[in-house]
Amino acid sequence: MTETAPPPPGTALRDHRGRPRVAVTGIGLVTPLGLGVAESWAALLAGRSGIRRITRFPTAHLKTTIAGQVTLPEDAAGEVLTSPVRVERMAVLAAAEAIAGAGLPGQGRFPGPLCLGMPPVEVEWPHRLALARQALAASAEPPRYPALAAAATGQRALHEQCLFGGIGERLAARFGTLGAPLEITTACATGASAIQLGVEAIQRGEAAAALCIGAEGSVQPEALIRFSLLSALSTRNDEPERASRPFEKGREGFVMSEGAAALVLESLEAATARGAPVLGLVMGCGERADNFHRTRSNPDGGAIIGAMRAAIADAGLEPGAIDYVNAHGTGTPENDKMETLGMRAVFGESCPPISSNKSMIGHTLSAAGAIEAVFSLLAIRDGMLPPTINHEVPDPAIPLDVVPNLARPAAVRHVLSNSFGFGGQNVCLVLGAAPQA
Amino acid sequence: MTESIWITGIGLVSSLGEGPEIHRAALAGRAPVVDDTSFAPYPIHPLPALELDRQIPKRGDQRQMEPWQRLGTYAAGLALDQAGARGCVADMHLVVAAGGGERDTALDEAVCAEIARLPAGEAGERLNALLASGLRPTLFLAQLSNLLAGNISIVHGVTGSSRTLMGEEAAGADAVRIAAARLAEGRGGIALVGGAYVAGRWDMLLLHAASGELRRGPWVPLAERPADGPGLVTGSAAAFLVLETETHARGRGAGGLARLGPVRSGAARRTAEDTAEASAAALARDLPLRPGHVVLSGASGAAAAGLAEARFLAGLRAGGAAPGPVIHSADLIGHAVEAGFPASLALATLAVAAGDAPQALVTGFGAWRGEALALVEPVA
Repeated sequence: MTETAPPPPGTALRDHRGRPRVAVTGIGLVTPLGLGVAESWAALLAGRSGIRRITRFPTAHLKTTIAGQVTLPEDAAGEVLTSPVRVERMAVLAAAEAIAGAGLPGQGRFPGPLCLGMPPVEVEWPHRLALARQALAASAEPPRYPALAAAATGQRALHEQCLFGGIGERLAARFGTLGAPLEITTACATGASAIQLGVEAIQRGEAAAALCIGAEGSVQPEALIRFSLLSALSTRNDEPERASRPFEKGREGFVMSEGAAALVLESLEAATARGAPVLGLVMGCGERADNFHRTRSNPDGGAIIGAMRAAIADAGLEPGAIDYVNAHGTGTPENDKMETLGMRAVFGESCPPISSNKSMIGHTLSAAGAIEAVFSLLAIRDGMLPPTINHEVPDPAIPLDVVPNLARPAAVRHVLSNSFGFGGQNVCLVLGAAPQA
Repeated sequence: MTESIWITGIGLVSSLGEGPEIHRAALAGRAPVVDDTSFAPYPIHPLPALELDRQIPKRGDQRQMEPWQRLGTYAAGLALDQAGARGCVADMHLVVAAGGGERDTALDEAVCAEIARLPAGEAGERLNALLASGLRPTLFLAQLSNLLAGNISIVHGVTGSSRTLMGEEAAGADAVRIAAARLAEGRGGIALVGGAYVAGRWDMLLLHAASGELRRGPWVPLAERPADGPGLVTGSAAAFLVLETETHARGRGAGGLARLGPVRSGAARRTAEDTAEASAAALARDLPLRPGHVVLSGASGAAAAGLAEARFLAGLRAGGAAPGPVIHSADLIGHAVEAGFPASLALATLAVAAGDAPQALVTGFGAWRGEALALVEPVA
């Protein structure tokens, strides 16, 4: 099947709902597989795992001692970077690559807003312990919060590093985005939500472009312990590369990871007018919240199914027009069950191939939706489906073509990218090929 | 923008208590509620006593949250009740402006007491051990910023969509701006938007103390705080608004408390060349202000931002319609950070709905970043 309502001749710059079409003109990636789009994508198509033992900090007493990790220059030098700093560094790298690829001026005047998907950040243990040591130097009393606050007073750099708005402000200043920077969190759907904010700003005519980023840098002891306490993480510590096993019988949880992706979105009209390279389109967005449980979906799959259907309808397509699904595919038993249910409900007996890049890069949490949107565009560009690795023992309860172990050539025009979050926040995107010249 | 947006319900909780009457009394001059001692040297506006069962009937739900999420979920329910919109929740959009949830401060202190004296080489392993045995599983979900929205979905059934914006004061303004814009362009008929802030939290006081802007010593009104600071007093408050297209509201026979006019936001770098007052003045361009409009100011008590707002308001007075009184939300309920702009909007709605003012201009000047303006007008 093809588009239900193809735009009438002469209005191809607008979509089936009369809104400006949204083009992707630049992409940037930072993943555990590499810095930059080319390195990450090549490794992904090669089926390489980016999961390894954690070496940045001590792992004694941790149930999970593996993660996807991006090695920044400071890591190599042994410096401890807190999450807000990691998020910012990776966001800057991805955004710079995307803006350069889009052929826009690099520094100082991006022609639209910043939509940043990021994790909540806070004062972290390295900060807290430094304040405690400072308090101890002033008084022999055990350092309690009033003493920590007194020690912190006037440390503006600490304040600005740990504010929720700090990273967005510094990125906005660096790249010269317009208006108030937006920071969004919808748990594991965050990266997709950031793209959706940008798409809507362009569709509303508020802006001709948007810089959408999803970034994550929370691989640190407390975050690992918190996820372990929810029994969400794989503990296959002896075989890091084989730990992330979405849609496979032996799956037992996700693997925490980090990274960033940036997308330069522009109205197709603006992109065409300036002769920009159009990598593809963001054709549709769908979202639906669940009210069943804080970490589980309603067993009827209503919200997941609703978000998938809404995205496809928003793109003006029928389910049969989707050639490939980039899965949420975290590798938890819960996600495997619910995503399979959603696929069967939306696509019936003839599900398109679905694969999870989390089998290779792990779960990049707040970055995942944006990273996966970039991979989806690359699948369209190169006509290649990235594999789901570690597929050894199929699960009979998952009657899906998960593109097991090996990348596969395929003609791809439309991709559905799924993102389902803790707290019931589900966002799906439909990415499409660039219009034929 | 095509559709007219009504405010059909507000859920407002502050140190004063809950509901419209007590906050109307505050607009008329009722004294604020202040706690100068529990978090000394920092004065705060404390949480009021809430009968949580009225809005969060399941004890199991209450146990899964800490005070910040409970406060927000409670206020969201009040807004739904006032709007008579319980029947609309399945397709209602939700936009929350969130900060971080509560840390276990007792655990933090115990860890600091033990580890701060250890050599750095030993501290890492010991930290892991203490956290692995000390962190409570439920606290993680209570800490996650997007779980205020998650709890509103679970407790009240709001499932049209769910977004959580972060970024202190600016998040509150952009949450309202985006919710209203989506309704105006026809993406749905009804939305619930707002935020919550709990001031009596050492983890948050530590973060804001670092800015050097937190007032120390007894509470005094904004006007009596030194112009060069530090003058920020945080206040516990939650404010949620039910926004609705006029068509949607009329379709279900609901009345509007007020009409939400333009909502605009900006972010100056706050340098000599890019000032907060110029940013706000740009936002105010072409705003249809009427003589006698009340100003609901979001001045936080942070020194530089407060001076910038004063210069902006002076410029507005010089250049246009004669304003009515300027009311500082922070004098009534304290500075509620993410919840500040929604709370000022709720107060503005009360003022306009009561006929006290022909129009209300709501301002937001973030303590560090973010400028925002909104107009609230009578429905008729």
